[in-house]
Amino acid sequence: MIGFNFRSTLAIYNRELMRALRTAFQSILAPVLTTSLYFIVFGAAIGSRMPDLGGVDYGAFIIPGLLLLTLLSESTSNASFGIYMPRFTGTIYELLSAPVGVAETLVGFVGAAATKSLILAAIILATATLFVDYSIAHPVLAIGYIMLVAASFSLFGFILGIWADSFEKLGIIPALFLIPLTFLGGTFYSIDMLPDPWRTIALFNPVVYLVNGLRWTFYGSSDINIWVSLGLTLGFLAICVATIAFIFKTGWRLRE
Amino acid sequence: MQPILEVRDLTKVYQGGLKALDSVDLAINRGEIFALLGPNGAGKTTLIAAICGLVRPTGGTISAFGEDLSKNWRSARSRIGLVPQELATDMFEKVQYAVSYSRGLFGLAPNPARIEEILKSLSLWDKRDEQIRALSGGMKRRVLIAKALAHDPDLLFLDEPTAGVDVELRRDMWKLIGEMRERGVTIILTTHYIEEAEEMADRVGIIRKGQILMVDDKEAMMSRLGRTEAIITLPSAVAGLPDDIATYPVTLSDDGKELCYRGGDGSGKGKEEVANLTKALTRAGIDYNGIDIHESSLEDIFVDLVEERTGESK
Repeated sequence: MIGFNFRSTLAIYNRELMRALRTAFQSILAPVLTTSLYFIVFGAAIGSRMPDLGGVDYGAFIIPGLLLLTLLSESTSNASFGIYMPRFTGTIYELLSAPVGVAETLVGFVGAAATKSLILAAIILATATLFVDYSIAHPVLAIGYIMLVAASFSLFGFILGIWADSFEKLGIIPALFLIPLTFLGGTFYSIDMLPDPWRTIALFNPVVYLVNGLRWTFYGSSDINIWVSLGLTLGFLAICVATIAFIFKTGWRLRE
Repeated sequence: MQPILEVRDLTKVYQGGLKALDSVDLAINRGEIFALLGPNGAGKTTLIAAICGLVRPTGGTISAFGEDLSKNWRSARSRIGLVPQELATDMFEKVQYAVSYSRGLFGLAPNPARIEEILKSLSLWDKRDEQIRALSGGMKRRVLIAKALAHDPDLLFLDEPTAGVDVELRRDMWKLIGEMRERGVTIILTTHYIEEAEEMADRVGIIRKGQILMVDDKEAMMSRLGRTEAIITLPSAVAGLPDDIATYPVTLSDDGKELCYRGGDGSGKGKEEVANLTKALTRAGIDYNGIDIHESSLEDIFVDLVEERTGESK
């Protein structure tokens, strides 16, 4: 692995973003609409009957969770489709025959998927101001954390897109694992509200740590120590990177 | 002169045990058009895929431009273009964007003028803003060629470039391949149409069951393996042939009314012999009222070669 082809990387990155623009309604408007619905239902309708959670208004309390819900699902689906579609249609031949290595492919595909997620995150935060008043306690850390999550789950999506050999498999992981874990991960509630043993069981849900990490950067308090959250998120990122290194080294599902 | 591409002892065994390439040795000269012929499943596509990085070889070495592809693949690949057999394109992408993307992917700076030139040479310029899905099959094939040419490769692989293409477009394609060669591009193509190899190739390689059976100049192969066949019809049956006629490679049909000559080589020797044969017939007083003469094509040679080997392996 000598050298890094900037132009190739840029070509992949731009093309992936182009793809998102082409389907702007699906990739940008739909998540924004969904999130708005959550704000209306959970924030306005239910939230008005909820007490403050750790001094935070319920409408504001769910913002990090909603952000994360979008970040996780959009990063995963964007990156997984980005690499699965060329494999499915056969256009992957061009990428495999190009003077492009792991680094360029990853930065191009995962970078574009993460960028899309970050754009979405910004739009959702902007949308949130229409529904609730909130302020971010540690804005720099919040941005850093959002970027970290977007990158990690775009990597995860990339792995998913390489692993999947059917559209069914492509959809099954988000539907069966990601969405349930996110909903059970304290997106709309504090896990302290759970009675034992559910509170203890919830601690085995990795999304709990993600949600609470992000919540800490927003409001300065959360159910879980920020360093534990950060450590586990970085650990997840490391596992994804290691898996990808393995995939490219062996050519698994890419080169016969 | 050093070959532009050198394949040594290349072997590929797919998962499941299919041996698609079996110790293939091949050297391609700079600037030539090389046609790889072989029946379906012979290993043509696998060979190209192994060279272009789509398939991991099980064994053997490949070097292009004097560099080992397993080591200096970046610089080598940036000079190699591939037009795949399948019409694999992003259907929603526009023609011009798709071609510009290919140039970028291969690490070159954008060059709209060059892209325009390529699109014009392939009669795609008018279609530049159309989505690829709106194009006909032949036009999609052209887009794939344009994409492969976008980084100005020195070595171009065309895997079945004219499969499913109508006669007119096929002629256009041949013209285009000729033009590329004039610009100094070395071209390796696989084809089912032996006529295509005969029309364009400088050298021909025949592959079967993952093994290269023969590689030679097209002319040399035809002269070595070529044959002239002449059927001379006789108005009245003859019982036997005089000695001076029997020295020619001829056979008399059972009814004695047809004399079949099969001989010579691809260099025209056969025609001369047939002419001499007719004179000898006249001298011997044997009348004839028809001569049907046929030079064997590359296709005949190919079919003979492939079938002969099939026979051997039985």
